[in-house]
Amino acid sequence: MTSLPESTESKLGLVIDLDICVGCHACAVNCKEWNTSGYHAPLTDVDPYGADPSGVWFNRIHTYEVESASGDSQTVYFPRSCLHCEDAPCVTVCPTGASYKRTEDGIVLVDEDWCIGCKLCSWSCPYGAREYDAQEGVMKKCTLCIDKIYNENLPEESRQPACVSTCPANARHFGDLGDPSSEVSQMVKARGGYDLMPEQATKPVNKYLPPRARQTELANISNNAKLEDASPEGGFLGWLDKVLSD
Amino acid sequence: MHPAYSVIFFTTASGAGYGLLALMGVLNAGGYLPVDRWFGLTGFILSLGLITLGLLSSTFHLGHPERSWRALMQWRSSWLSREGVIAVLTYVPAGLFALGWVILEQTTGIWMIMGVFAAIGAAITVYCTSMIYASLKAIPAWTHELVSPIYLVLGLATGGLILDVLLKVYGKPISGLSVLCLMALIVGLVLKLKYWKTIDKTPPATGLASATGLGGIGKVRVLDKPHTSENYLQQEMGYRVARKHAEKLRRIAAVALFIVPIILVSLTLVAPALAIIASVLAFLTAALGVVTERWLFFAEAKHVVMTYYEG
Repeated sequence: MTSLPESTESKLGLVIDLDICVGCHACAVNCKEWNTSGYHAPLTDVDPYGADPSGVWFNRIHTYEVESASGDSQTVYFPRSCLHCEDAPCVTVCPTGASYKRTEDGIVLVDEDWCIGCKLCSWSCPYGAREYDAQEGVMKKCTLCIDKIYNENLPEESRQPACVSTCPANARHFGDLGDPSSEVSQMVKARGGYDLMPEQATKPVNKYLPPRARQTELANISNNAKLEDASPEGGFLGWLDKVLSD
Repeated sequence: MHPAYSVIFFTTASGAGYGLLALMGVLNAGGYLPVDRWFGLTGFILSLGLITLGLLSSTFHLGHPERSWRALMQWRSSWLSREGVIAVLTYVPAGLFALGWVILEQTTGIWMIMGVFAAIGAAITVYCTSMIYASLKAIPAWTHELVSPIYLVLGLATGGLILDVLLKVYGKPISGLSVLCLMALIVGLVLKLKYWKTIDKTPPATGLASATGLGGIGKVRVLDKPHTSENYLQQEMGYRVARKHAEKLRRIAAVALFIVPIILVSLTLVAPALAIIASVLAFLTAALGVVTERWLFFAEAKHVVMTYYEG
């Protein structure tokens, strides 16, 4: 059934902190490692060691430069993956029912055994979350690691999506965004977490936390006039300062 | 968007086939068409043939064509599914209409009603085809309100040009049909020019500011790409050829699809001696034009996901 559920019991998703992400691509790599033997196995690679490699990945890490009005610029690493939208257009366009949103936790999944490979879901997604597997002839996408987060054979602390478990900077967080008291919801509230492309009206579950405001006065190190005396008390450093200043 | 040849052939061929079927149903109901077995047979071979070949070709680009019957299941939410369902349903009245005309040589009463139902089914199918694209918000150029009217009027015009050729070949030309073709072509030209003008001047609603959410800090630009070679998204959504040659291709489409056929169909009205050759040429140039127009419809449309890659 590709109609969307009226509501879901919980809204499992990710909170990605753009202030902390260092752009190491570990999330993408660990996602690939877990999922190539998980629900969507294999995440096919074509010509992986050749001149023109391509393959299915659920995470893509972009790098942007943001320049403020005052001319300060900063680099922002931007991991992009499925946002498990509440109004997911990729679900309603599916003609077969292979693409669906789970009522129990809101995770958007593809049933590979039903998918006819028409690619329409990937066309409907503004975020490019779905990548087609040309070898298997089916669409693949982030599962939020359903085969990991509910896996009772794993120790409890490992029951998190692979991208979250592996992030060395702790920039990715997993939880129930439908529960206002959850840690992730509190984080979104405190830091002003936001939706990507709100104009597309997809109501993404995943939220992004903006980079914190820069302390611009400390960044201004090019002004020599502001340099203080090396040693106002005199002594060896005071003598050196005096000699070099002449 | 990447213009898959199977989808271009599907939308143009089935559009013309449904246009022809609908006109046969409606004009027969008005009593304008010759009740001739061979005329009917040719018309049905062409219309149902184009429709069937188009529908079959649309399954060629599937990853699993053998599963395509499942596409009929989700008509509640999916325009692609609705299109499949209505297309299959339309075969029932269309088949009975053909049976009555060709085998029984009956085109009145219940057989005429079957023709009208086939015409309604044809129109709904083409509308559903257009809505597959028009419902995709991620491709802003396709959500334009003129997309569906253009699909409908182009199906009518190309199907009408085929019927015009057929009637002339069978020596039963209907000048009213030629005038209808002219009107459909003129309306099509006006709508298409308006469509191109609007999509050109509509500023994109999505830029890197909203795509990344970083617009509040300042101006966002792409510094480094996430991967070194093209991925599926760039191959499927990042087609650039048409955007580079858009102006030239639009002129080719406008001249071949609308202007030359308008001149040729007008010629058939004033110079009956040239009617057959002019109407055949009108159809052939329009066919070339509609393929160019449909190719552009796909290739020119920019998907918002490319914002992440190109800014």
